[in-house]
Amino acid sequence: MFHYHQFDALVVGAGGAGLMAALHASKSVNTAVISKLYPTRSHTGTAQGGISAALGNLEEDHWEWHAYDTIKGGDFLCDQDAVDIMCREAIDAVIELEHMGLPFDRTPDGKISQRRFGGHTNNLTKKPVMRACHAADRTGHMILQTLYQNCIKNNVRFFDEFQVIDVLIENGRCDGVVAVQLATGDIHVFHSKATLIATGGFGKMWKVTSNAHSLTGDLPAAVLRRGLPLEDMEFFQFHPTGVYKLGILLSEAARGEGAVFINGKGERFMARYMPTLKDLAPRDICSRCIYQEIREGRGVDGKDYVYLDFRPEVINRYFEEDGNPKRIDAHYLETRLPDIIEFARVYQGIDPIKEPVPIQPTAHYAMGGIPTDNDGRVLADETGRVIEGLYAAGEVACVSVHGANRLGTNSLVDLVVFGRRGGKHMAEYCKQAAFRPINKDSAAKDGAAQLDRVRNSNGDERPSTIRKEMQAMMDDNVGVYRTGSGLEEALDKIHELQARYKRIRVEDKGYKWNTDLMEAWELGALLDLAEVTTFAALARTESRGSHYREDYPQRDDANFLKHSLVWKNGSLTVKYKPVRITRIPPQERKY
Amino acid sequence: MKVNLKIKRFDPERDARPHWKQYTVEVEPTDRVLDALHEVKWNQDGTLALRRSCAHGICGSDAMRINGRNMLACKVLIKNIAKEGDTITIEPILGLPVLKDLIVDMEPFFAHYRAVMPYLVNDDPLPPDGRERLQSPEDRARYDDTTKCILCAACTTSCPSFWARGEYVGPAAIVQAHRFIFDSRDQATQQRLEILSAPDGVWRCRTAFNCTEACPRGIQVTKAIGEVKEALRTGVVR
Repeated sequence: MFHYHQFDALVVGAGGAGLMAALHASKSVNTAVISKLYPTRSHTGTAQGGISAALGNLEEDHWEWHAYDTIKGGDFLCDQDAVDIMCREAIDAVIELEHMGLPFDRTPDGKISQRRFGGHTNNLTKKPVMRACHAADRTGHMILQTLYQNCIKNNVRFFDEFQVIDVLIENGRCDGVVAVQLATGDIHVFHSKATLIATGGFGKMWKVTSNAHSLTGDLPAAVLRRGLPLEDMEFFQFHPTGVYKLGILLSEAARGEGAVFINGKGERFMARYMPTLKDLAPRDICSRCIYQEIREGRGVDGKDYVYLDFRPEVINRYFEEDGNPKRIDAHYLETRLPDIIEFARVYQGIDPIKEPVPIQPTAHYAMGGIPTDNDGRVLADETGRVIEGLYAAGEVACVSVHGANRLGTNSLVDLVVFGRRGGKHMAEYCKQAAFRPINKDSAAKDGAAQLDRVRNSNGDERPSTIRKEMQAMMDDNVGVYRTGSGLEEALDKIHELQARYKRIRVEDKGYKWNTDLMEAWELGALLDLAEVTTFAALARTESRGSHYREDYPQRDDANFLKHSLVWKNGSLTVKYKPVRITRIPPQERKY
Repeated sequence: MKVNLKIKRFDPERDARPHWKQYTVEVEPTDRVLDALHEVKWNQDGTLALRRSCAHGICGSDAMRINGRNMLACKVLIKNIAKEGDTITIEPILGLPVLKDLIVDMEPFFAHYRAVMPYLVNDDPLPPDGRERLQSPEDRARYDDTTKCILCAACTTSCPSFWARGEYVGPAAIVQAHRFIFDSRDQATQQRLEILSAPDGVWRCRTAFNCTEACPRGIQVTKAIGEVKEALRTGVVR
């Protein structure tokens, strides 16, 4: 069955960016939010450690310092005007969240409490600075809950458990989306003046990942099919502290509170690599150092993992060694890091208060995504041509504020700041724009036909087998360390998997809650994004931030101080656009 | 190790009523029940329907009834509930209409949630310096426990009072109300207490403690409900 809806503004995705956009857009225009999950299931809720803003509540700080750290952390691939906007507006955005009711932890004088995080520094002393505003180690959970609560307060319209399968982009303009209602299998055409995509990441192309099962990149894959490019896809962050084998995240907040990495020989090895920031060096660097230790035989028991150690006596010993007068105890850690302590207890059977925790890097965050300008408007090419009525914000977007490597906490900063900017701009746009007529019947029929092709597939390949092979290949060849030959092998393998994907079999032929069908659909999206990621990684013959090419180990500003844009129109093509550098010239990245 | 999963199945397009179906799966003792369900779905029977997302106990998608108790499938390890050759029984949470297999209609649950004004109300002017409202660490700590709620419905759907009468707002909605009633910044306490003193409000709680046992976040749900009752009884929120 087909259904038709009309809203001025549509938001696809109900995590932090989507809800922030919806809250602001719905103040002045008729707005709806579409999500394949209930909004409170969104992955923003799993963010743990904090959201940075230079509030200076506990020590001197400035947004310019935050901006400098972000740009350096991003290995100078960030667009600096966008970073300035983010770090300046972060202060006001965090205050807005508090006013909405977010239960931040408090300083003794009642202000928002702040803690240290990787790569965030006092620019004068170069030492870590307390910039991450936190609510225990469930800051993302509290952001998601608070935004959803405010959406309810403001009667925002939700279409929960509707999965978008196509974006209506034609002639440089977007007129809405096509979605399937999961409970019924019915096709819904949402006609809009403006659409904002805020569907988060797509880390499920890797096996060991912190990402949720739902993070499959349906929307970036849809805009790719509609002829738009994706930006900087070769940059994917591997977070150093995933639970060994499972990939569940143990927040960097642990190291912000004093935890250290320990190798198989009992050494705090980060002090050797990064003498100033040590264990609070940015994530790309920590992940590489972990693998370096493992490669040189200093993993624990010679295996492929090291320890994250946050036993109080260990933390205090290194505080003393570092000249930090602070001392902590078990109760302090249980209060500041309750969730990640529980993760270790539940999933590893290890009590982190008493034993060190085995960890390995885990695929975590897409720095790349749908290219946008500073107001969230989606860009069609390297010249900056805007797709009218199409916006993106949060992890799915590439503004680019994270460059080649995101600093911890900045994902939450990104989604509140650019979710808000996108929502506001979209509302203003809707006030002066008119609905353009669409052929709703053909949009619905086309959407239904696309889904039915997958539903009716009766081949001999299991989607789960293809997914498993893709994930293993991405872990092996498109991970922390990359080589030209490994990437070529990966690309060949992905092409083989794409061919086999055409011969899959979907067992469930029904319409209501057909999760078999939707998982197969999502696999198609992941394969396309894996292909683009690998292609972009192959084309970038330098090492920068999270993208490390063993065959090209140096950063190459002369040739690669630029963003990639990859199109997939039949075959893949890559073009580049310059990085916007305003205040801070690229320099060697040392910590 | 090998375990059997006995799963309650229902396909609204084919079945008149639910039925049990058994699968044998090879799993690691440290696997989650969710991994075992995926083993079925991905390698044996693609038609099995369930909700899941984060897979580590935070998003609240996969509450289900496992061996007769409400749990998150992603937060219980096989070795903690079964030995080699054992059978694990898995069915949808009770008290909400089943849509397909392990998926229930969450709408009645969220309707109760929305009914208790689950948002901060404070109409005072914002601080003139443009900064945050102040709150002491002690005031913040007062409602910490109930901020952990992930709306998974494990508590509400384990409650005999809710099974008996679906109009009862249920433990999860009371937990949400508690989170604001005891927040020193909030000003809608009286309205929330009025809502919760209605016939289908907090007094339907018979202190069975099922909710506290079911909560995957370790929230002291019965205690929170007791504190709301106490506030109603005495007219004092503390």
